[in-house]
Amino acid sequence: MDTQPGSPPDARPVLEGPDIARVLTRIAHEIVERAKGADDVVLLGIPTRGVFLARRLAAKLEQITERKVPCGSLDITMYRDDLRMHPPRALARTEIPGDGLDGRLVVLVDDVLFSGRTIRAALDALNDIGRPRAVQLAVLVDRGHRELPIRADYVGKNLPTSLRETVKVQLAEEDGRDTVLLGAKAGQ
Amino acid sequence: MQRHLISAADLTRDDAVLILDTAEEMARVADRPIKKLPTLRGRTVVNLFFEDSTRTRISFEAAEKRLSADVINFTAKGSSVSKGESLKDTAQTLEAMGVDAVVIRHGASGAPYRLATSGWIDAHVINAGDGTHQHPTQALLDAFTMRRRLVGRDAGLGKDLGGRRITIVGDVLHSRVARSNVDLLHTLGAEVTLVAPPTLLPVGVESWPCEVSYDLDATLTKSDAVMMLRVQRERMNAAFFPTEREYSRRYGLDGDRMARMPEHAIVMHPGPMVRGMEITAEVADSGRCTVVEQVANGVSIRMAVLYLLLGGNEPAQTRTEEK
Amino acid sequence: MSKILIRGAKVLGGEPQDVLIDGETIAAVGTGLDAEGAEVVEAGGKVLLPGLVDLHTHLREPGREDSETVLTGTRAAASGGYTTVFAMANTFPVADTAGVVEQVWRLGKESGYCDVRPVGAVTVGLEGVKLAELGAMHDSAAGVTVFSDDGKCVHDAVIMRRALEYVKAFDGVVAQHAQEPRLTEGAQMNEGVVSAELGLGGWPAVAEESVIARDVLLAEHVGSRVHICHLSTAGSVEIVRWAKSRGIQVTAEVTPHHLLLTDELVRTYDPVYKVNPPLRTERDVRALREALADGTIDIVATDHAPHPHEDKDCEWAAAAMGMVGLETALSVVQATMVDTGLLDWAGVADRMSAKPALIGRAAGQGRPVSAGEPANLTLVDTEYRGRVDPAGFASRSRNTPYEGRELPGRVTHTWLRGKATLVDGKLT
Repeated sequence: MDTQPGSPPDARPVLEGPDIARVLTRIAHEIVERAKGADDVVLLGIPTRGVFLARRLAAKLEQITERKVPCGSLDITMYRDDLRMHPPRALARTEIPGDGLDGRLVVLVDDVLFSGRTIRAALDALNDIGRPRAVQLAVLVDRGHRELPIRADYVGKNLPTSLRETVKVQLAEEDGRDTVLLGAKAGQ
Repeated sequence: MQRHLISAADLTRDDAVLILDTAEEMARVADRPIKKLPTLRGRTVVNLFFEDSTRTRISFEAAEKRLSADVINFTAKGSSVSKGESLKDTAQTLEAMGVDAVVIRHGASGAPYRLATSGWIDAHVINAGDGTHQHPTQALLDAFTMRRRLVGRDAGLGKDLGGRRITIVGDVLHSRVARSNVDLLHTLGAEVTLVAPPTLLPVGVESWPCEVSYDLDATLTKSDAVMMLRVQRERMNAAFFPTEREYSRRYGLDGDRMARMPEHAIVMHPGPMVRGMEITAEVADSGRCTVVEQVANGVSIRMAVLYLLLGGNEPAQTRTEEK
Repeated sequence: MSKILIRGAKVLGGEPQDVLIDGETIAAVGTGLDAEGAEVVEAGGKVLLPGLVDLHTHLREPGREDSETVLTGTRAAASGGYTTVFAMANTFPVADTAGVVEQVWRLGKESGYCDVRPVGAVTVGLEGVKLAELGAMHDSAAGVTVFSDDGKCVHDAVIMRRALEYVKAFDGVVAQHAQEPRLTEGAQMNEGVVSAELGLGGWPAVAEESVIARDVLLAEHVGSRVHICHLSTAGSVEIVRWAKSRGIQVTAEVTPHHLLLTDELVRTYDPVYKVNPPLRTERDVRALREALADGTIDIVATDHAPHPHEDKDCEWAAAAMGMVGLETALSVVQATMVDTGLLDWAGVADRMSAKPALIGRAAGQGRPVSAGEPANLTLVDTEYRGRVDPAGFASRSRNTPYEGRELPGRVTHTWLRGKATLVDGKLT
């Protein structure tokens, strides 16, 4: 996730507020379609911005299906494979909806899919929490450059990038506005 | 945070709040079917106990194992330490074995500080109680318990104990728990009052960031939490107080006294309790007494400390230190 | 006999003069003295003092030769400008018989680096119960005049009274280690703000002061003289001042470390600062300096207490108490008393040579620097500034609290009855 605070001065928006709303609606429909009604779907957002996206998706799913869709969060900090490369990070909340995950279709939600390492950590974390029927992945942006054999089931926008670029997702809940910015990496 | 956790006084307000917040997330792991995290996989932690303390050792061990650390227990009993091997030799043996952290309990005040600063060892040092000096993880778990009960589990996140009135009663003189709590609670903004017979308060207590009173009844009514310290019967023989009966009459917590505490106020005890001495069974077994919670919270706090010291390539950073 | 001319030395810090040593004696003091036939030492403005006298040294032999011997201890003394040390009695076996004190005295003679005057124990085995054979020790070749159970307090009032009375017969003096034992059970450091915080057992000032108060009253009652070892608190100063104003024959010593260091250093938990009596507070340090300046405290004594490395390289509670001091004493006194303007060099000569010799009845020591006196002298480069490096110590032990600290002054030469024991900072 490239979610450093502040946006690079030369960053340009690749998705604006209405685009984001539109792709989330599309993803919600895809989930309903592929999950044949989505009656056993549990959405788990990966903090920080994945949680907000999961909540938005849950609201849309509830509109479509007119049923309550369980939605929670999954903090992957303590499962990261780069823990030893930084000082310890503050932990975020893992909130598993009341009925648990066993036998459910868990859809992990994150803002940007990049190396795939976050998702690997999330799969490890899930493993310690329960045994879902299946796990799927929804992301707002897939910017490529995978380092692990991981792919998303639902993608808001495929965004070809170079490694010298940075993708920054801003969401109203955290940043005051909805946008996805593409810019040059700091110092390059 | 610093590399080691030797004294509660070493923690800034932001350090302490980060530990409490982290412990709150760690506590949720205890509710899961698999109570284990891979975070400290490949790290070796030694529990170096020169003093008997099964409770503290088990608490640390549970915390270490939940974080997947490799755990080595080293107790002085039956080891070469009792045959005259020095702390230094033991430390260097552990260093040679490549340990990442040493959790040390020692009867001599300052032994953990010495271990951390003498150049005998590179590992992180966590003080699990030294003499009558400090017991920082106990103070942290006490503060955690207070924040949960007085502020709220979720409402407390990111918050300190500003304005809460905490009373610590008993043998302050011989208590590392009291010293650590005074330091930490002050850092967290609480107002601390020590209540004890004058014989059980150290000369020099007037320089501590707290109030001192000899009158328990006057203090109780204004307390949000009352922490009872263990009073060892042997102190009686050294003339610290005349009799057990007189001690409990003046400084013990019974049902009548508890009833005069504000309704929301809690009773705490670091354990092991001496029932009938500093606390009656009625109080110890009441719903306002947090002794059992404190034990459970101890594991979460120690997980948080271990994670924040050992989880990365250096100890966790807080805002205050980055300035 | 050989002649030595010390040219241009500030005798007791005064104007530069020449001092001619002929054999064991000072032959002349003046300006432009004839160097004919004499080895010349260019003093170049260094300060010449009478050889220092330490009333309180632990030489450790017999018994703890791993920390110091009479030879290494006297070499350390010569390095520090001393020509006499009083060797404390807490050896193994204890110096409580004529046999032991004679052994120490003989070892001192053999060393040749400074005079060693054994201190005899007051009580058998330092146990505070039964008087040792004080008269026999006095009558022995060692000629003991100072008696002390140092390391332990003669806490029994009756025993103390008897000892004070008994030594009058041969003009002896009892040097009291003032420490009320019950008040200092488990004591690890000065009792106060720092001990409260560090959780180390407190050594309250009153444990020293109460014993001093008792002993000066005992001395008054029986008309004896009493000497107080390593006085360390402001309250003790007040008591001694009061006793002297009453005409009580009390003398007192202060150690260099109590003139410089405070209990704040214990926050490091480094046992190199562990000493008995313990380091006190800033207020005490001020009072001790003032008392040494105004003469309430008579002398500086080192309480040189060597310990092997392993006894200090451990946790605080397990560590031995004591510091080496012979080789840094004069520098500490210069830093705390001379450079602060509290005492001039003549005052230093009085507090570190004349008075201790007088208290210990060390004939031929602590004499004026003038013609006809024994040539016990030390030459000090007072302009020198340097960091303390224990690796260069002559003492067998290295437990100095000053390692790496910058201190002024350096002893370059010491003469013991005309024989050089230290030349240009090197032992002969």
